Amino acid sequence: MGEPQEIVPLGKNELMGVVARLYAEGYRLVQIGCNTLLAGYELNYSFDKDYRFKNLRITIAPGEEVPSISAIYQNSFLYENEIHDLFGIVVTNISVDYSGTLYRTSIKTPFSVDNVKLPEAPKQKKTEGP
Amino acid sequence: MAWFKRSPWILHYNATSCNGCDTEVIVSLTPLYDLERFGIINTGNPKHADILAVTGSVNEKSVQALKNLYDQMPNPKVIMAVGLCAISGCVFQDCYNVMGGVDKVLPVDVYVPGCAARPEAIIDGVIMACEILEKKYAEWKKGRG
Amino acid sequence: MARKTIIPFGPQHPVLPEPIHFDLVMEDETVVDAIPSISYVHRGLERLIEKRDFVDFVHIADRICGLCSFMHSMGYCQAIEEIMGIEVPERALYLRTIWAELSRVHSHIFWLGAAADAFGFESLFMQSMRLREMVLDIFEATTGGRVILGVCKVGGVRRDIDSDALKGIVNRLAALKVNLEEISAVFINDYSIQHRLIGVGYISKEDAYALGCVGPMARASGLVMDMRSLGYAAYKYLDVEPMVESAGDCYARCLVRIREIFHSIDLVRQAAEKIPEGPFDLKVKGAPDGEYFSRIEQPRGEVIHYVKGNGSRFLQRFRVRVPTFSNIPAMIKALKGSGIADVPNIILTLDPCISCTER
Repeated sequence: MGEPQEIVPLGKNELMGVVARLYAEGYRLVQIGCNTLLAGYELNYSFDKDYRFKNLRITIAPGEEVPSISAIYQNSFLYENEIHDLFGIVVTNISVDYSGTLYRTSIKTPFSVDNVKLPEAPKQKKTEGP
Repeated sequence: MAWFKRSPWILHYNATSCNGCDTEVIVSLTPLYDLERFGIINTGNPKHADILAVTGSVNEKSVQALKNLYDQMPNPKVIMAVGLCAISGCVFQDCYNVMGGVDKVLPVDVYVPGCAARPEAIIDGVIMACEILEKKYAEWKKGRG
Repeated sequence: MARKTIIPFGPQHPVLPEPIHFDLVMEDETVVDAIPSISYVHRGLERLIEKRDFVDFVHIADRICGLCSFMHSMGYCQAIEEIMGIEVPERALYLRTIWAELSRVHSHIFWLGAAADAFGFESLFMQSMRLREMVLDIFEATTGGRVILGVCKVGGVRRDIDSDALKGIVNRLAALKVNLEEISAVFINDYSIQHRLIGVGYISKEDAYALGCVGPMARASGLVMDMRSLGYAAYKYLDVEPMVESAGDCYARCLVRIREIFHSIDLVRQAAEKIPEGPFDLKVKGAPDGEYFSRIEQPRGEVIHYVKGNGSRFLQRFRVRVPTFSNIPAMIKALKGSGIADVPNIILTLDPCISCTER
C-alpha cells in the first residue's frame, strides 16, 4: 500500500559518519524533525534518493547537545535553527546560526519537555482468559 | 446617502492568516466580483490607504508590523477584520502563539465573518466601511473647523 | 569597494500577499546577501493535537494553508490511514485525486496572476484571476466551500460527485483550457515577459539537488522529482508525467507551472473516466498506534506529514514540512548576485507560501 518506512536508530556519535556516507551516495536531505518524548527528544533525519525514503533517528536527553550536519548538507541550517528555537535543543556549529531569532514565540521553546504534555497510552483491555 | 463621494483605497495585511482570506480579498477586487470598477484599489502603501483589511489573528511579532502600518495611515481610517481568525482566532485560538482577534490590539470598525470570508461578504464589509469613513470624515472636519 | 547598505524587504510589500522579511545586503544595485527572517505567521498549530483528537484535527490540517487546503487534509488523512491500516475505498481515492488536481490548477493559476503582478503586467493578473474563478465554481458546486474545502476525512471523503457532475467538471475544464491557452501564449511568447524572466534567478541542477529544492523549482532545474510517481491515492492508475525543464531560471519555472496546469486538467479527465462505482467512506474504529511519514506532491512541491500516535485518541506528534521551507535555501542562493529590481520576481517564482512554512 503505502511507502515503505525505513527508520534506522543510531547513536549520537555515529550520526555524522552515516550522514556523510549518505551524502556520498547521493541522497538528498528531505527534512529534520524532532519529537518530544516523556524525558528526552527524538530527532528524525529523513533522506531520499530516487523516491527511496530513509530515516535516521537519534534519541537524546534534555540538555544534551547535537552536532550540526550543515557542514555536509548546507540546507540543514533552517531545520536546525527551527529545532533550537522550538525545542530548546542546542545544535552546535550551524553554518548560519540565528541564535534563537528565527522563530520568536510568545513562550520560549514551546515544544520542550516542560511545555508539552503527552497523552497517556490507553489502558490495555483485559483479555478474557481461557 | 453620501457613501460614494470618494473611492477608498484598501491596504491589506496578513497578520497570521492561512492565505484563504487573503486570496478572497484579492478575488473581491479582481474581475467577477470586481470592486475595482468603483475605484476601490488595493494599494501597497499605507500612506495612500483609507481601509486597513486585516486577515488572520495577531501574534506577538505581527502586532508590531500591524501597529506600524496603522500609525502610518492618514486620518480618517477604518479597520476591517476579514475572516473568523481576525475576529476571534477561529480554530487557532488555543494556539500558544495566537493572541486572538485583531480587536485586542487595534479598534476594529467592521467585522467580516466567514472561514474563509466570501467575496460577497467582503464587498458588504467595504460598503459598511465607506459609511463609517464618511462619518469619521465629517467628525474630523467639524473638529478642525 | 562600494559601501554595503541593507534594504529591508517586507513584511508588508506590494507584491507579497504574505509577510516574509528579508534583509537584503546591497552593493550598489546588486544583492550580495539575503537574510530571511520568518515567524510573522507562526501560530503553533502543531501543538493543537493536545486539544483536538485525531478525527477533529482534519479541520485544522485543512486550515494550515488556504491555497493547498485540500492537499494538507489529504496528506494528514493518508498518514493516519496508513498507521491504522485502513483500506480506503477506491472511489474515495479517485475523488481525492480529482480535488487535489483541481487544487493544483487553481493554485498555479493564482501563481501566474501573482507573478504577472510582480513584473507589472496588470491586465494579465486580472485575466488570470478571472479564469481561476472557474475552478472555484467547481469547488463550490462539489464541496460547498470556495477555498477551505473541508471534504476530506479519515477513511474517505465526506461528499460524492455523481457521474453527471463529473461530466460537467470535465466540460468546464475543457472550456477553461481554451481560455488558458490564450493567456499562457502571452506568458510564453510575450517579449517583455521574456525580457524580465529569462536568465533571472538561475539555479543549476547540482545546486537544486544539494540545496534540497522540491516541486516546480526542482523540475525547472532539470530534476525529475514528482511525488505523484510514488502512486499514492489514485495516481497509480493514471499516467503521471513529471514536467521538466532544464534552464533553471524564472522563465523555466513559469513554463513548468503552465505545463502542469494542462497536465492536471488531463489527469482530472482521466480520473473521471476511470472512477469506479462504490462507497466513498468507511467507518473508522480505534485510534492510531504507530508513526508514518506521508509524502505527497503539493502545487509547490513535496510535503511531509508526520504523525505519531500511541493508541489514544490524541496524537503524540504531528509535524508538517512544507515545500516552501525546503526551497528557502535555494531562494537565498538565487537572490545573491541579482539586481534589486529582480528580487520580487525571484521570490515570486518560488511561489512562497508563508503560512504553511511557519504553521
